[in-house]
Amino acid sequence: MISFIIRRMGQLVLLLLGISFIVFMSMHIAPGDPATIIGGPTAKESDLEAIREDLGLNKPVFVQYVDYLKGILQGDFGYSYQNSQPVGEAIATRLPNTIKLAVSSMIVAIIIGLIAGMISAMKQNSWLDVTSTTFALVGVSIPNFWLGAMLILVFAVNLQWLPVSGLSEPFYTMDGMKQLVLPSITLGTASAAIIARMSRSSMLEVVKSDYIRTAKAKGVKHKTVIWVHALRNALIPVITVVGINFGALLGGTIITEQVFAINGIGRLMIDAIAARDFPMVQATVLLVASIFVIINLIVDIIYVKVDPRISYE
Amino acid sequence: MSTDLAIETNSSNSEKKKDGFIVETVKKLVQNKLAVIGLVIIFIQVVLAISAPFIVSYGPYEQDPTATYLGVGSEGHFLGTDNYGRDMWSRIVYGSRISLIVGVSTVAIGLLGGITLGLLAGYFKKLDAIIMRIVDLLFAFPGILLAMLIIAMLGTSLVNVVIAISIWSIPGCARIVRGSVLSVKKQEYVMALRSVGAGNTRILLKHILPNCTAPIIVFATTRMATAILSTASLSYLGLGAQPPTPEWGAMIAAGQNFMWDAPHMAVIPGVAIMLTVFAFNVVGDGLRDALDPNMNV
Repeated sequence: MISFIIRRMGQLVLLLLGISFIVFMSMHIAPGDPATIIGGPTAKESDLEAIREDLGLNKPVFVQYVDYLKGILQGDFGYSYQNSQPVGEAIATRLPNTIKLAVSSMIVAIIIGLIAGMISAMKQNSWLDVTSTTFALVGVSIPNFWLGAMLILVFAVNLQWLPVSGLSEPFYTMDGMKQLVLPSITLGTASAAIIARMSRSSMLEVVKSDYIRTAKAKGVKHKTVIWVHALRNALIPVITVVGINFGALLGGTIITEQVFAINGIGRLMIDAIAARDFPMVQATVLLVASIFVIINLIVDIIYVKVDPRISYE
Repeated sequence: MSTDLAIETNSSNSEKKKDGFIVETVKKLVQNKLAVIGLVIIFIQVVLAISAPFIVSYGPYEQDPTATYLGVGSEGHFLGTDNYGRDMWSRIVYGSRISLIVGVSTVAIGLLGGITLGLLAGYFKKLDAIIMRIVDLLFAFPGILLAMLIIAMLGTSLVNVVIAISIWSIPGCARIVRGSVLSVKKQEYVMALRSVGAGNTRILLKHILPNCTAPIIVFATTRMATAILSTASLSYLGLGAQPPTPEWGAMIAAGQNFMWDAPHMAVIPGVAIMLTVFAFNVVGDGLRDALDPNMNV
């Protein structure tokens, strides 16, 4: 197990290097001269030269990349072209909101998805099953920015139960929780739908297996068979789906933040893309992709832990 | 006479065998109610997109300052009008053109790249490691992030969205094709072909590729759904189609500002996106079940 984790960590480092290289290079070959973006269209050639010198843009690309990596390791992500704010600082103030949103949405997705999937599997072909499978089908087809807009329309504009936007209050206060409700449902619905589908089919498969029949034959109570014997094995594929979906969900925060005007990493990224603020784009993309691959590693490890049949050699 | 008859029966038999696979797949597909609903939605949409100029009374950019914010069911504008008095029905119909064109072109480019890389990686061991490491690397960008990075590089426009989503489709397709190639190339008939001197190109294109068709079709169908959804998302974020283009995502973004007075401006394009994505998803599911329920796409 330890050697498995060490090997995967090694792969992770290589992957992170690869990601940083792709991100760095794609910003480097992007059209548009950073010096002109910073200096503005009226800047003199001597000023532009000074800016290039200052940012190290005169050096060979590879040297720039190595410098960039060195900077990252020391927590220095460069300066934003837009407002000369340190990129690291901007990210640090925005990251908590994104994490809050991603985690609460995942919780919503797991709870709704698992319950719907289990009920579906237990009452196969009942109206509950039909409702839940329909929800699962529609859930993956709804554009989440539109779902967000519709939720705002109904619960914030018409009923006025919940706030229209923002995520400024701490999450443990009543107002903070109210602010989280609509964004989490918006972002969590697609994942909930996929989790529901997966847990339904996985549960249906497991209850057909021999060991469940044996348990029933031994006279174990129905509830124990389901919740103790079957659930553990049924959850294995669900864990993978949850893991994979966390990535999609991270991608989705970018859109959800825009819908609810939440100041998180996603909005930072979109503003930066629109303004061609390369250091900011670089850092935000790198951050989201890194979080994603680290979560994937954790999911892999949990996977091996939960299912002893999977060898990690 | 009798020989003639025998030949005729023979040929009709072989013909039956020839299209047996397709006929059987279609038969299984139409037994799936949801897939049929999906097919009908797609069919209607294709008809609307093709015949757009003939079925709308107003152009998608035609403004009418005297008829702004009309609600659904208004006279002459049965889906209402937007803040500039533009006919919503016309914009939705022209929007379906954009969605379908973007969907088909991104999937086509993605397939071209993905199939090429997948075939090469699956067939040539030496290339496998390099290609699949690149594919793994591209998979490290969650969801729409890779497309956004490409747009950040190229700039915001609908054409760049097509390029971005096409590139984003390549790794998924490559992985699926490679998997099928790996399982097909070990079969005896491939060895037999090699022993009679068939070249690699011939074996790959004429014998291995046709055996990978089923997973590719399923991938392409579900990918259409993702491509349409992603285009709308990127345009909603302001990174894709720009106003006044009648793109569904951009229309929702514009409509969100008028949620109080004219909610239909945001509601209707969303319904259109949902129906389209739903249709491609259920047809994709149906195809997977019809072609091979154990397929891993």
